[in-house]
Amino acid sequence: MVQAHLELPDLSPPPVLVVSDLRKTYRETVAVDGVSFAIPPGEIVGLLGPNGAGKTTIVNMILGVLEPNAGSIRIDGIDLLRRRSAALAFTNFSAVYAALPGNLTVEQNLRVFGLIYEVPALAERIEDLLVRFDLVQFRGTKSGVLSSGEQTRLSLAKALLNRPKLLLLDEPTASIDPSAAREIRALIRAFAEENASAVLWTSHNMYEVEEVCHRVLFLSRGRVLLDGDPKLLPHEHGAATLEDLFVQVARERLHPEHS
Amino acid sequence: MHARRVAAVALRQFYLYSGSATRVVPLFAWVAIDITLWGFISRYLNSVATPGYNFIPTLLGAVLLWDFLARVLQGVSTAFLEDVWSRNFLNMFATPLQISEYICGLVITAVVTSLIGLLTMLALAAAAFGLSFVPYGAALVPFVLVLFLTGIALGIAGSAMVLRLGPASEWFLWPMPALIAPFAGVYYPVSTLPGWMQAISRLLPPSYVFDGMRAIVRHAPWDMRSLAIGLALSVLYIVIAAIFFRQVYRFAVRTGLLARYNAESPS
Repeated sequence: MVQAHLELPDLSPPPVLVVSDLRKTYRETVAVDGVSFAIPPGEIVGLLGPNGAGKTTIVNMILGVLEPNAGSIRIDGIDLLRRRSAALAFTNFSAVYAALPGNLTVEQNLRVFGLIYEVPALAERIEDLLVRFDLVQFRGTKSGVLSSGEQTRLSLAKALLNRPKLLLLDEPTASIDPSAAREIRALIRAFAEENASAVLWTSHNMYEVEEVCHRVLFLSRGRVLLDGDPKLLPHEHGAATLEDLFVQVARERLHPEHS
Repeated sequence: MHARRVAAVALRQFYLYSGSATRVVPLFAWVAIDITLWGFISRYLNSVATPGYNFIPTLLGAVLLWDFLARVLQGVSTAFLEDVWSRNFLNMFATPLQISEYICGLVITAVVTSLIGLLTMLALAAAAFGLSFVPYGAALVPFVLVLFLTGIALGIAGSAMVLRLGPASEWFLWPMPALIAPFAGVYYPVSTLPGWMQAISRLLPPSYVFDGMRAIVRHAPWDMRSLAIGLALSVLYIVIAAIFFRQVYRFAVRTGLLARYNAESPS
């Protein structure tokens, strides 16, 4: 019997986000140093690291508001640096430090950003999100007078307006209570599954990361030190929990050559 | 250029105006005060100057047109400053919105707000001081157009300056009309100025407008081609201002200034 050596076609879907050799410096300070990773559709990736590790710098570069010194970012196959507007049409974000204008109402904010993202059937989409994020009673309320939890829900509703293929969440549950945070996590997971969206999620809540993320990237001093399953990584590196592993990375007991 | 994105930028401004008396009142109030003040000054000058010379069209008319340019400038820059004041750059610029669409949205806002100011001034100047532009008819349109385009160019350039220098630099924006007025011959003929100031005034589109308007009011001969120079200069300045804004934006993205805007410097 002749054995045929068949090369099977790669049927895995192409990644939504491909970051290659990304580097950013501020004068002599290296904020991000040769970071590479990819996120396929439907995967939620946690970007972890101590303060100043480069997480927000990476998020800002993927959002097109900060230009890398070197490297490339491709969103749904589109080069962000060359075709910024086209690439960002498939992207959206929510960040604890980027509250929506407080002098617009909840509904006005969603309409303005819905138009910017050219969301089809915008009125229906806004109604759907108001219901989903329990914001119906606040539709006419100025965003600036909402509680921090309500503002977070609004920011997330804005982030899902255009059903993004790539969703960036920078500490999305940092200012909300555990009960609301649990609901938000469930909503984001459901959204990623339903829409096959890639999600990049930064958080300092290791319980949350373990619950939500399929994979985590540990950053320190602008470099990816570890990349793996949040449930397996601690044991692979001699730590009892993900939080212990985080502390190790933060204290830089773990170096790339050890990983 | 995507019309829905341009509309979004303008709609945001409409929402802000529709819910805020403190934004709407200044559209009328300051221009009304200016027209009232200069209307009475013009009336007083008429009473003490050589009989037969009317200061209402020359002085009050000049104030009205100069205020219109200032309202256009402020219409663009205030719309931009709304994003500064509400720390909204990250939300706006981390979207597919292009700089040209953003600027167009600001300009549309300025068209509406400056027209409100212009109509208020025209109504008050006519009702209280008998100033009427009706006799000049359609001939007035190119003059107003040059002032409008110059105001747009100054508004875009001023906004770029604020983007580059940080939120506190908005205080450089407000005196811009006062800084230009002495060179533009708003209240006196450009020929009154010394040579070096005349050289600068030749680069300013409004100087062609005000010299032309004075000639028309006096029924003196006047070369229409000079207004064409003013029009060409104002269009050129809009192009330069838009390029300047784009370059500053690129600098802000490259250096991290946009992401750290409230720090007022990239590092």
